[in-house]
Amino acid sequence: MSESIIELSAAELAAKLASGEVASVDAVQAHLDHIEATDGTALDAQDRSRGTDGLNAFLHRNTEEALRVAREVDEARANGEELPELAGVPVAVKDLIVTKGQPTTAASRMLEGFMSPYDGTVTRKLRAARMPILGKTNLDEFAMGSSTEHSAFGPTRNPWDLTKIPGGSGGGSAAAVSAFQTPLALGTDTGGSIRQPAAVTGTVGVKPTYGSVSRYGVIAMASSLDQVGPCSRTVLDAALLHEVVGGHDPADSTSLPDPVGGYAQAARTGAADGGLKGLRVGVVKQLTGDGFQAGVQQRFEESLELLRRAGAEIVEVETPNFEYALGAYYLIMSSEVSSNLAKYDGVRFGLRVTPEGTPTIEKVMGASRAAGFGDEVKRRIILGTYALSAGYYDAYYGSAQQVRTLVQRDFAAAFEKADVLISPTAPTTAFDIGGVDESADPMQMYLNDIATIPTNLAGIPALSLPGGLAPEDGLPVGIQFMAPAREDARVYRAGAGLERLLAEKWGGPLWQHRGDVAGTVHDFAATAAQGGK
Amino acid sequence: MSAINREQVAHLAELARIEMTDEELARVAGELELIVSSVASVSEAAGPDVPATSHPLPLQNVFRDDVVGETLTQEEALLNAPDGQDGKFRVPAILDGE
Repeated sequence: MSESIIELSAAELAAKLASGEVASVDAVQAHLDHIEATDGTALDAQDRSRGTDGLNAFLHRNTEEALRVAREVDEARANGEELPELAGVPVAVKDLIVTKGQPTTAASRMLEGFMSPYDGTVTRKLRAARMPILGKTNLDEFAMGSSTEHSAFGPTRNPWDLTKIPGGSGGGSAAAVSAFQTPLALGTDTGGSIRQPAAVTGTVGVKPTYGSVSRYGVIAMASSLDQVGPCSRTVLDAALLHEVVGGHDPADSTSLPDPVGGYAQAARTGAADGGLKGLRVGVVKQLTGDGFQAGVQQRFEESLELLRRAGAEIVEVETPNFEYALGAYYLIMSSEVSSNLAKYDGVRFGLRVTPEGTPTIEKVMGASRAAGFGDEVKRRIILGTYALSAGYYDAYYGSAQQVRTLVQRDFAAAFEKADVLISPTAPTTAFDIGGVDESADPMQMYLNDIATIPTNLAGIPALSLPGGLAPEDGLPVGIQFMAPAREDARVYRAGAGLERLLAEKWGGPLWQHRGDVAGTVHDFAATAAQGGK
Repeated sequence: MSAINREQVAHLAELARIEMTDEELARVAGELELIVSSVASVSEAAGPDVPATSHPLPLQNVFRDDVVGETLTQEEALLNAPDGQDGKFRVPAILDGE
């Protein structure tokens, strides 16, 4: 396959922009054209909930502004202006992050048509870095889900197989990056919403240390767990984007005062010869074996062997309290959800439904929330309301907070023995769209996050990178590295090191094994002809 | 843990200000029952000596300096309001029967 602009990594594209070999406006146009060719057209023009016959990764395309920013960057460069490293490199933004001048919906009917009067801090930082924003990406409604099927505007499809889910909640960002619609995207991760989509789409995703990237202007799901992070096709690219958006923000009271940086340097160190030598890698015993698909396990063990041969020291660590992590997470998350989503009451913004007659405001709120929220959001609000009710508070919310302490202690003990921890990112590869009956067993969907949730409870950084394809279904498997709080550089070092070892084994990046991009586009048309799904 | 019934869900839905049909109430009761029984073991995980963690990292609250900064204008703040009048949010009756 000849090398085209859209296949370049962000770092490669930035170098070509800097040297003048490529113009930003051409790079942006190439990505917009590819979005146009692959994202599909609405299956039903009247009913957006059905989505499109293509990827449906974007809920809004920011065409004009992206091209304008690109032109400005090209002009500035021609005038010899000093520009930030990623200036002119396009980026997509999860539609949970507010952007002035573009709609922000959280993939919910509640916010359909909402126009934020201000930019989130990370949006502002993208603009300051002069990165053209291609548009807003699809997600599970209010970031609640592991498949992007809970979007009010139709599911996003997995570029590896259009009948499969792209993970969630950030399936739009991951699919867009995986399908070359953008080299970079921002996601948010509350229980795995950056990393699990990265795993099942064969891309890289990072959840930074809690508080190291501002949450100002990020629609809150569970405030003590939410974190913004980068999505990309290479570890270095994730590091570069992380450096752009990270750092202290006075507008976020949970923002860490620590300076951020050194991530790209750590990625380069890890990828250099001997970059993994002496690194102590702890295998989390509780995150392997039972419940993990055979092909996932196989790829995971292969990565361990590569690390060992590269001079890393592999040790096993025990985290006995992880068995309670999923339960604790669902209680804490839903409690915070029930509180955070109380603001959607049809008064100041969002959907207002007024029942007939002269209803009181309470009736209006009840009707607005009934019409504006989807089933999963309602389920979590009700669960959270239950967990916080008098008489149940201690047994549920209180106990869950204690489990949080136990999980943190498990991590602290594990990091005595290891510099980084490793596990598969998700227990399975991508499953069929519509393949999980959540009403019959809501816990089945939640189990997708079993390996990603503990890090959110502890606030520590974690990275997922492609670990190969599961032999049984040919779909991507994710490998996760975790590090202590504030030691984000370690996951970039370890991740870039393993990424290089795997690329040597595969003879290039994993996506080369998907067939060419044009072939994938052809498949979209074929799927659409069969009526889509 | 007692089973979760329809009446309980109806009460929770009222607290959460979400109107639900009878059918929805019955379905959510069943789902909630499943979820709650799956997560119930958290109450057995820790002894009374284990402190609760509400926030992942130790941070002290801070206040910003008392200086005038940029804020939204009244017009911007009302930009997305479903109904407004005289620069204010307009809502239906707040009290029953008035």
